[in-house]
Amino acid sequence: MTGYDLLELAVRNLRQSKLRNGLTTIGISVGVASLVAMLSLGVGLQQMATRRLAGSGLFDTVFVTSRQDFRGFDREDDAKTAHPEQSPVLDEAARTKITKLAIVTEVEPEIRVMGEVVSNGETHFGFVTGLPMSARENEAFDNLKGKFFSGNEADEAILLTDFAKELSPKDPAALIGQDITLRYGERQALPQEQSDRPQMTGGDNNASNDASDSFGFSVVRKLQTLRVVGLIDAEPYGGMRTVSRGRIFLPVGTTERLNMAQFTDMRSSLRGASGKSYMTLTVRVKDPAKVAAVQDAINQMGFRTFSVLDATKSLRRFFTVLDLFLGIFGSLALAVATLAIINTLVMAVLERRREIGVMKAIGASDQDVKKLFFTEAGAMGFLGGVLGILLGLAIGKAINFGTGIYLHRHQLPAEAVWSMPVWLVGAAIAFSIVVSLVAGLYPASRAARLDPVQTLKYE
Amino acid sequence: MNLSPTSNLALAVRTENVTRHYPMGESLIRAVDGVSISIEPGEFVALLGQSGSGKSTLLNLIAGLDRPTSGSVVVHGKDLAKMSSEELARYRRNDVGMVFQAFHLIPSMTITENVELPMRFAEVDRAERAQRSRESLERVGLGNRLEHRPSQLSGGEQQRVSLARALANRPSLLLADEPTGNLDTRTGEDILNLIRDVSLSLGMTVVMVTHERALAERFAQRFIFLADGKLVSEEVRA
Repeated sequence: MTGYDLLELAVRNLRQSKLRNGLTTIGISVGVASLVAMLSLGVGLQQMATRRLAGSGLFDTVFVTSRQDFRGFDREDDAKTAHPEQSPVLDEAARTKITKLAIVTEVEPEIRVMGEVVSNGETHFGFVTGLPMSARENEAFDNLKGKFFSGNEADEAILLTDFAKELSPKDPAALIGQDITLRYGERQALPQEQSDRPQMTGGDNNASNDASDSFGFSVVRKLQTLRVVGLIDAEPYGGMRTVSRGRIFLPVGTTERLNMAQFTDMRSSLRGASGKSYMTLTVRVKDPAKVAAVQDAINQMGFRTFSVLDATKSLRRFFTVLDLFLGIFGSLALAVATLAIINTLVMAVLERRREIGVMKAIGASDQDVKKLFFTEAGAMGFLGGVLGILLGLAIGKAINFGTGIYLHRHQLPAEAVWSMPVWLVGAAIAFSIVVSLVAGLYPASRAARLDPVQTLKYE
Repeated sequence: MNLSPTSNLALAVRTENVTRHYPMGESLIRAVDGVSISIEPGEFVALLGQSGSGKSTLLNLIAGLDRPTSGSVVVHGKDLAKMSSEELARYRRNDVGMVFQAFHLIPSMTITENVELPMRFAEVDRAERAQRSRESLERVGLGNRLEHRPSQLSGGEQQRVSLARALANRPSLLLADEPTGNLDTRTGEDILNLIRDVSLSLGMTVVMVTHERALAERFAQRFIFLADGKLVSEEVRA
């Protein structure tokens, strides 16, 4: 029998007992829907977590600190490597060295200082953070009102909309293009005589001291005029990095040029004649896949590094296990539906004994009969799969709607926790058909084995 | 019997010492017990006997619906006992048409669809199927009832549909199992007339099982009598 004839006969047979086959098909669709809903939930949660991480801009970033400054989380690693005091300081030389690594695109310090904006005789306190030019790619700037910084050392600022409202309650957007005055602390090198050090040898006295403050520094109040170029609603990097916790954003080059004093400068003031050093450098890598290689190279220089690479690895493992469990629970309903298919088809074989005998008598082979029942099972599986996808979509919409209300009530932005990828649609329908065919194995072979002589006996 | 190989090939049906035994509980039912018959092409033969004489079992063996316990059934020179089940299905599909006492039409299908069913198994293409089913139904006088369902027809009409279905794949052998058993005398005669006319015009061999000797004598050319699974006698119509 040709495939088309087979399908036509199968569909006509299914329509003979609409109620029974309909109920079985609905059973399959419930099974498929529960499987699809569960897996889509897993996929949605994973996407949400990944979106968060990707938004943080951490995937292509390596954080470098000196072993002198922090104890690592990995005590064993600390024990194996050189004593912290022997490890190098994260200074300008180190920065240059890291910048020269082949696939590094940007090396910037993390700078976050306290500042005040003076406006109409009032002062407004806020943290000032330095953003690298690459921050433009961050999604927080997708909704930027105004422009991004014109250059890494431009005297420009981008404000958080909330902060802008403080400065100009009536029309925060009017601030764009206006100048504001920022008050901040400048780190100024001390002259040599005021150092706490004992008298130095003559050679040191002649050392140039313009950028370096190897003997200590004082913090001097300064004013700087900045042009507001833009406003953003949300903190950059999903609020997940030190530099995203600020209300006033400056190009990182500007913060460096102004030599703004940070809390962490206290640490370097205790150190010997090493001059200015960085607490943390953020290193951007051209290709996220090369993060590990860059990490290795920087570790070789004697610094401690951190990236979210390991975090994402365990995240992926977690979601694989979660998907597996969700899939198993989702499959339970489908397993029950499989029993329904077997039941329905065995009933059909019993009911249609005579008909099967007739078909064999007029020339159907055992294979034809088997294929016919297989096709019926497959057709129910396909229909159940399609219905199941639709039902699953409805469930997903309900889940998203429900969590949306919940998140809204807790003042959180709405997020899709449920997402059905296209591959899942195809896979679910295919799976439903395969499962139905497997369920059809026994009834089909039973139908094929029927003895036509027995079924055609005149009763 | 002394048959030369050539005459063997020329025979439509030949059974040689064919047996069909069923186990039933402790005992063995010898439904067909060593029967040897020969049927010429174009012959109209009646298998006669009491119920339980083995005539229907013999017909099923010739139809390839059942396999002999021993002996052979040779149709057009091919031994059915040696065929695979797939080959037997092809044989039933292409060489045999069957008519049953209970008609055995599929109630959910129109009579056209019923007649087309064997052609579906034979993978005859759609257009030819429609044409041949129409021809078959016209031949049995139902050309105006193509879209009716079996339940809308009388018994005699249903048996005509059954005959039209048997003719669909243009078989050389028509096997009828008590074709008049469910019909009144007149309708039964009409059907047998139709079977005879069709077989004559198409040159088919007909083997009919019946227990109504009077009816058989009016249509068949030869009568084979069976009792308890054994061949009792053969008669040729005078």
